[in-house]
Amino acid sequence: MMSPARARLHRLLGKVGLYFSVVVLVSPAILFFLWMLSLSFKNEADNTAYPPVFIPSPPTLDNFVDVFAKNDFLTYTINSVIVSFSATGLALLLGVPAGYGIAKAKAGKAAVLILIARVTPGLSYLIPLFLLFQWLGLLGTLTPLVITHLVITVPIVVWIMIGFFEGLPGELEEAALVDGANIWQAFRHVAMPLAQPGIVVAMILAFIFSWNNFIFGVVLAGRSTRTLPVAVYNVLTFEQISWGPLAAAALVVTAPVLLLTLLMQKQIVAGLTTGGVKGG
Amino acid sequence: MSASTTAAAAAPAKRRAPSGRRNYARSYWLFAAPAAVIVAAVIVFPWVFTVYMSVHDWKVNGVTPFVGLANYAKMLTDERFLWAIVRTLFFTAGAVIAPVVLGVWAAVTFANNFIGRGFARTVFVLPMMATPVAISLVWTMMFHPQLGVLNYLLSVLHLPPFGWVYDTNTVIPTLVMVETWQWTPLVMLIVLGGIASLPTDPYEAAVLDGATPWQRFWHITLPLAWPFVVVAAAIRVIDALKTFDTIYVITLGGPGTASETLNILLYQTAFAYYDLGYGSAMVVVFFIIILVITLLLLANRQKEITK
Repeated sequence: MMSPARARLHRLLGKVGLYFSVVVLVSPAILFFLWMLSLSFKNEADNTAYPPVFIPSPPTLDNFVDVFAKNDFLTYTINSVIVSFSATGLALLLGVPAGYGIAKAKAGKAAVLILIARVTPGLSYLIPLFLLFQWLGLLGTLTPLVITHLVITVPIVVWIMIGFFEGLPGELEEAALVDGANIWQAFRHVAMPLAQPGIVVAMILAFIFSWNNFIFGVVLAGRSTRTLPVAVYNVLTFEQISWGPLAAAALVVTAPVLLLTLLMQKQIVAGLTTGGVKGG
Repeated sequence: MSASTTAAAAAPAKRRAPSGRRNYARSYWLFAAPAAVIVAAVIVFPWVFTVYMSVHDWKVNGVTPFVGLANYAKMLTDERFLWAIVRTLFFTAGAVIAPVVLGVWAAVTFANNFIGRGFARTVFVLPMMATPVAISLVWTMMFHPQLGVLNYLLSVLHLPPFGWVYDTNTVIPTLVMVETWQWTPLVMLIVLGGIASLPTDPYEAAVLDGATPWQRFWHITLPLAWPFVVVAAAIRVIDALKTFDTIYVITLGGPGTASETLNILLYQTAFAYYDLGYGSAMVVVFFIIILVITLLLLANRQKEITK
């Protein structure tokens, strides 16, 4: 047995080790995002200075003004909002009942299809869908983007909802059925309200992974139908050296997602832990 | 994954239900019908059509003669393709091992109670939620050989400048670093979920026996949480094989073809050279590689569980 003094020392060392671990683990993320902020709020001279300037003095909004003035970022933002909201909304409309049906029918096998969709590289959908949209004359509109984003959002929603509905106790619905409700009513008025936290999780994750998607946009979007990630990538190709606007553009794209993560961290963590979901 | 256990638990309850009740199983399928139609259109149709295209010489706006397995035969002697496979496997090995090791460490750390834990965990998770294109751009600026902040930091430490993504020898390890930075949080979350579900009594016994934290980790936490580590590793393998956004934005497969993985080559073949037939054949092979690896991992996991 250790003496009390030694035990206290051990505990102290444990605490120090723990906080050391936390700092080491968290600092790559913190420093990265601070540097991103620094780049986007510095003027151009400071951004290309060597040794680098770390703290913008004075901070400037010029980079953000520049991004929206030189590029049609407002259009791209609207495009992204339309695509991600539509793809998420449609996925909820289709995926919540589907998750319920699969969970209730105890059709675990159907989940395998979702799993395969999760495993398939996003690119492999693109060649056939690209041709299909070309034949249909839809290239250059937002429709192909909404449709392809369903490839990301539907599996996420179905996957999370299966898990959620399986976890719900079935008694309440059975009581409703005994009382003469049909199964749609049991779903709509009993199961769905209970599953609301799950629906929120599914919605947030589907939205984020749709918002972040790059690969579908880069192939399918035309000049005026770019989503934000594609638009930002184009800032890189055309203005290789101006770092300020580039960082500002990157921040504009990812800020909504980062804010959503900070605000809804509990739901997001819950969703990611169950599914290991990722789009594309 | 929990499907079988939940079903088993629910089975006796179902048998107790009043007899003469309708069997709803068929009706429940209707709930899945609309989603099934969409899945068939945007997920299953592309699979089938890809296979069809892969046996044709398919270039945009041209005739598309049937060529049998010629596209597949071409791959066997296509050095660029074979190198892409080697690079993909090399990248994947790094992009699985590093995040899994660090992710387990992070999970053990975040399983403790400490001041600011919620906030620290949220910050730690940010890289995997952030838009990949956006973070790739910032990494690109940090890698700049003359003006990049990383080489400056090295010079502060009196270290020579590093080639990062501008050197054919260091480009893949550098991309592995980006991938590790981005995806370690996912491993952490999955393993942390596993650790949270562990029973506490082995730990109490171990503390009484005077086990050190390291012994507790090595002999209790790791073996008990192992199935979760395996799941996390499996997910990492699949995602690492498919990595596209970061590599595309940061290097586009360069310098030269030094970081051209299968996914990048696939993109170039189909959408830069518009050789859709050959691209489709690559997709099929790529898909089979991923599927085989996934099945191997899942089979392994079954064994873990039955053990």
